Amino acid sequence: MLVGAGIGLFLVTDARVLGAALLVVVLGFVVARVPWRLAARQVTVALPFLVVILVVQGFVGGWSTALVVGLRIVTLLALAGLVTLTTRAEALIAVVETALTPLRPLGVRPERVGMVVLMTIRFVPVLREHADGVRAAQRARGVERSFVFLTPLLVKTLRTADGLAQALDARGVDPGRAQR
Amino acid sequence: MVSPRLSTRAASIRAARSDRARGAGLRTKDLAYVAVFAAIMVVLGLFPPIAVPFLPVPVTAQSLGVMLAGSIIGARRGALAMLVVVLMAAVGLPVLAGGRGGIGIILGPTGGYIVGWVFGALVVGLITERVWRHYNLGWAVLANVVGGIGVVYAFGIPWTAVVSGLPLLPVAAASAIFLLGDLVKVAIAAAAAVAVRRAYPVIEAAPQRA
Repeated sequence: MLVGAGIGLFLVTDARVLGAALLVVVLGFVVARVPWRLAARQVTVALPFLVVILVVQGFVGGWSTALVVGLRIVTLLALAGLVTLTTRAEALIAVVETALTPLRPLGVRPERVGMVVLMTIRFVPVLREHADGVRAAQRARGVERSFVFLTPLLVKTLRTADGLAQALDARGVDPGRAQR
Repeated sequence: MVSPRLSTRAASIRAARSDRARGAGLRTKDLAYVAVFAAIMVVLGLFPPIAVPFLPVPVTAQSLGVMLAGSIIGARRGALAMLVVVLMAAVGLPVLAGGRGGIGIILGPTGGYIVGWVFGALVVGLITERVWRHYNLGWAVLANVVGGIGVVYAFGIPWTAVVSGLPLLPVAAASAIFLLGDLVKVAIAAAAAVAVRRAYPVIEAAPQRA
C-alpha cells in the first residue's frame, strides 16, 4: 500500500491534490493519537535536506515546482512515519512475507526472509553487548582507546552467528527447507 | 582447540560445494551472517547523520557497513544483507541513518545511494572473492573504492539529480564532499577485512572459471 501511495504521489503534480493527501495523512496521525511532538519528528529529521532541495529547486525549476516537490516529500515522510509508528515489528515482518510470496517461483522463500529480518533485529542488541564486552576487555588490559576495535567485534559476532545457526539447525528450524 | 574448528570448517566448505553443485540456496549459517551484517547496518545507522550543505544527502556511517559486508561475507551474502536492510527500510522499520525508514526515503532524493548499497556490496564481494587467495590491504582498498564508493555513487548521484530535479553535474560535483569521509571508511573497512580474514575467514575463494 505504501509503495502504491509513493508511486501515486510521484505521478501527481497538482499542489492542491498533494495538499489534500497531506491533510489525510495528518488526520491519520490525529486518529492514531500519536503525540504531536513525535509526529512532527517524522518530518523534521529530514528538514535540512528539505530546505536545501526547496531553495535549489526554486532557483532552478521555479517556485511552483519547488512547492510540489516539497509537498510530495513531506507527505511521503509523514505517511511512512505514520505506518511505522502504528504498526508493530511482527506485523511489518508479516507484511514482508506476504509481499514476497509472489516471488516464490523465483526461488525466494518468504519464511526465510522473515527469519533473517527477525535475526537482524535480534542481532542489534547483541552487537551492542559485544561492543561493550570488547571495550571492557581492552580496558582490562590497559588499552584505553584502541584503534583495533572493529576486528574483535566482528570476529566475536561472526562466532555468535555460527553458534546461532548451529542451534537452529540442531532444532531443525529452517522454515524454507522444511517446506520443500 | 584448533582441530575441531578446522574439521567443522572443512565440513562447511564441503557443504557449500555440494550446495553450489545442486544450485541450491543458502545454509542457515549464511542466513545468520546476512542478519549480522544487516544488523551492523542498523547499528551504524544509529550514529546521527551529518547534513551536508547544498546537497540533500546526509553523510552517514552506513557506507562503512556496505564495505564491511562485501569484504567479509562476500558478494552474494553481502548483497543479501543490504537487500534485507532495504526491505526493512521499505516496510517502514527505522533502519536508516538517524532512525529513518519508510518507502518515502527510498523513493526520495537519497534513495539511489540506498539501492546502490546492494550493488556496492555485490561488487566489493566479487572483487574480494576473486583475489581471496592473495588478499591484502591493497586489494581490500581497491575493492572497497570500486564497489563501496564507485558503484554506490553511480546509483546515488543520477538518482539524486532526477528526484530533486537538479542538473547532474552540480550534484556530482557537490558529492565530492563525501569522498573524504568515504576514503576514511575505506581505510577502516580494508584494515578490518584483512584482520578478520586472518582471524576468522568466512569467504571461500571464487572457483577458477574457465
